[in-house]
Amino acid sequence: MIPELGHYALVLALALGLIQSVAPIFGAKTHDAALMRLASSTALMQFLMVALSFGALVTCYVTSDFSVRTVFENSHSMMPLIYKFTSVWGNHEGSMLLWVLILSLFGAFVAAFGTNLPATLKAHVLAVQSWIAVAFYLFILLTSNPFLRLPQAPIEGRDLNPILQDLGLAIHPPLLYLGYVGFSISFSFAIAALIEGRIDAAWARWVRPWTLMAWMALTVGIAMGSYWAYYTLGWGGFWFWDPVENASLMPWLAGTALLHSAVVMEKRNALKIWTILLAILTFSLSLIGTFLVRSGVLTSVHSFANDPTRGVFILGILVLFIGGGLSLFAWRATMLKQGGLFAPISREGALVFNNLFLTTACLTVFVGTLYPLALEALTGSKISVGGPFFNLTFGPLFVALMFAMPFGPLLAWKRGDLLGVAQRLMVAFAVGLVAIAATFAIKGGASVLAPFGVGLAFYVMMGAVVDLVERTGLMRLPMTAVRARSFGLPRSAWGTAVAHFGIAVSMLGIISAGTWGSELIVAVSPGQTLSLSGYDLTFDGIVERTGPNYTAQVAKFTVREGGVTIGVMEPSKRNFSARATSTNEAALMARGAGQLYLSLGDANDNGTIAVRLYYKPLVLFIWLGAVIMMFGGALSLSDRRLRVGAPRPAAKSALQPAE
Amino acid sequence: MTRRQRRLVLIGGSIGVLALALGLVLNALSGSIVFFNSPTDIKEKQIAAGTRVRIGGLVKDGSVQRGDKLRIRFEVTDGKNDVPVKFQGIVPDLFREGQGVVAEGKLEPGGILDADTVLAKHDERYMPKEVVDALKKSGRWEESEGKVAGGKTP
Repeated sequence: MIPELGHYALVLALALGLIQSVAPIFGAKTHDAALMRLASSTALMQFLMVALSFGALVTCYVTSDFSVRTVFENSHSMMPLIYKFTSVWGNHEGSMLLWVLILSLFGAFVAAFGTNLPATLKAHVLAVQSWIAVAFYLFILLTSNPFLRLPQAPIEGRDLNPILQDLGLAIHPPLLYLGYVGFSISFSFAIAALIEGRIDAAWARWVRPWTLMAWMALTVGIAMGSYWAYYTLGWGGFWFWDPVENASLMPWLAGTALLHSAVVMEKRNALKIWTILLAILTFSLSLIGTFLVRSGVLTSVHSFANDPTRGVFILGILVLFIGGGLSLFAWRATMLKQGGLFAPISREGALVFNNLFLTTACLTVFVGTLYPLALEALTGSKISVGGPFFNLTFGPLFVALMFAMPFGPLLAWKRGDLLGVAQRLMVAFAVGLVAIAATFAIKGGASVLAPFGVGLAFYVMMGAVVDLVERTGLMRLPMTAVRARSFGLPRSAWGTAVAHFGIAVSMLGIISAGTWGSELIVAVSPGQTLSLSGYDLTFDGIVERTGPNYTAQVAKFTVREGGVTIGVMEPSKRNFSARATSTNEAALMARGAGQLYLSLGDANDNGTIAVRLYYKPLVLFIWLGAVIMMFGGALSLSDRRLRVGAPRPAAKSALQPAE
Repeated sequence: MTRRQRRLVLIGGSIGVLALALGLVLNALSGSIVFFNSPTDIKEKQIAAGTRVRIGGLVKDGSVQRGDKLRIRFEVTDGKNDVPVKFQGIVPDLFREGQGVVAEGKLEPGGILDADTVLAKHDERYMPKEVVDALKKSGRWEESEGKVAGGKTP
């Protein structure tokens, strides 16, 4: 009964979606306020229906109803409750349902909090949002229905893929989807602006909070995925330039560019056409990401079981929305009036620089990800494009971007003084140079590039600090004035500085863990001691443990530093009988921001076991930096002028037709 | 500066960055991509020693020899030809004789692959796509088998 209810609710959502796709646009054309208002009600109802549907699927999983095919294939009655819950989206069908749940959630948010939007804009935005929703409801109902029943209910399920039986599954996919799908709002706003043929600074102010929210979720979602891969794959890598990872990185890069160009549009009424294009491209990249991961073009742990019709269907959605969006753009963009003028050296100029480099970096990732697919389709020869390619292309572009980053916030709007800003950044330059010298002194010249990278990271961090010091008047003004200025400073200025600081922290972690980490791959026998980077690990032996749906061989290692015991590390191998597979659980021990990392290999006949031991200095900075970036985003989001639903500052009069 | 000059600066800058990126991409593509080959390709293409390649196939039954210090030698087969591979380190959990494997490394004189990466499949349902294709080419792949490996279950 419950799965049928879920299925029915989803069909109702589709029906509501169809109404919402058409009625509000008709209402906007005929100036029928009631028809336009209908969109808000249907958007809220759509969310309610999809939430019901999702709730029904959750119930099936939690109660282990194996008469439902996806539950049978991806769950097991002995699994802990948390994994029964997360396995809802640990498969293709359920993850698509999560996708539309978030899509309808965002639609409902616009309906509920977009009270200050002009009626026609809101109607158009919700209609476009509904087009996307309808496409994906159809996709689920026609090709990936999670509620299908089996003719005979099996007694036991086939278990969730053991690799996915991890807390990471509870966090990574929902956050990533919040990011991917959140960009649909920017897309809907862009399409709505093109349909209406007018756009202004207020538009940017309405779009930015949604973009910012999606960006924050995507930032942490990517970081969480990276940390999950790091501790679960067993060899200490945190980023592999795998196409699936690139699929999430590309919308992030485009979304970051969009955030910055929307600032220019909001403050200076310039870069309008470009911002619209970026909004379309960012969501297009999200769709491409969904296609790459879900269509089975690529084989990875993300692709689950596949069916070719799904790939073709998503490709259809992709062509429809990207092609449609870009055609509408080509047709209507010229109607949008060009905005404010600015000199190349100015805040606007710096943000254009940012956009240029971010989108170019995004393009190189795009080429590196899709070139192998294209080449295989065209010539049949298979290549793999891996880390070296991206280090050589993405790397230099990002270095240039990082170097310019501290300049941006310090330059004045319209016309800036480059030399003056360089002078104000003297402290940052000095700190960077000292960092380079210190790194060379401590670590030696084994890697020439890495110390410069460290210097660059310190320079960016210090640049963010200088920005705040300048704005609050610290060092120049009396403390009371500084206090007043700090409180008076817009939260978005704090957000900018914090986010810029965060990316430098990540960069520092990446360089440090990648360059100065040490590793030991050996076979050990009980009683033997391994030494690495000042830590001694003694192998005490292997014990067997039983988990709820697995048995584990746990290796115990006593860790000492300078003869003092500092703890025990217990890497293990888990064997899951339901799928006859095993997973490798690495043991991690944080030492400051660095980590000791120990994972197990094969046990040999002579009683030894192979282990990988790594010491990764500052590795935690990589993910800490992402959290700092998200925090910066949150600060910016809490800025009064961006707050969703904040009273509108005399914006209506600013909204003029294009010509 | 006039509007026209400003626009020229902007367009010039954009073209400059794109040209830079294009140069980087072409440079990287010529130096850092790795071609995938089946054991038969390796035999037929006469690939020069020292080239980085990626090969896929099955670990030949009875070919795995383990040495000290985690050294391992095995042969990758597509049913027609075999390529010997040597590797030092920990092979993946699901590395077994008769199972799919992808190895990447330098081809040494004498046709031995000195691998620095060995990948096996994740679980019982997943087979690296490259391996499937290599096996299909040599005719060792049967569709019934494919359905199991592709994850389509009744």
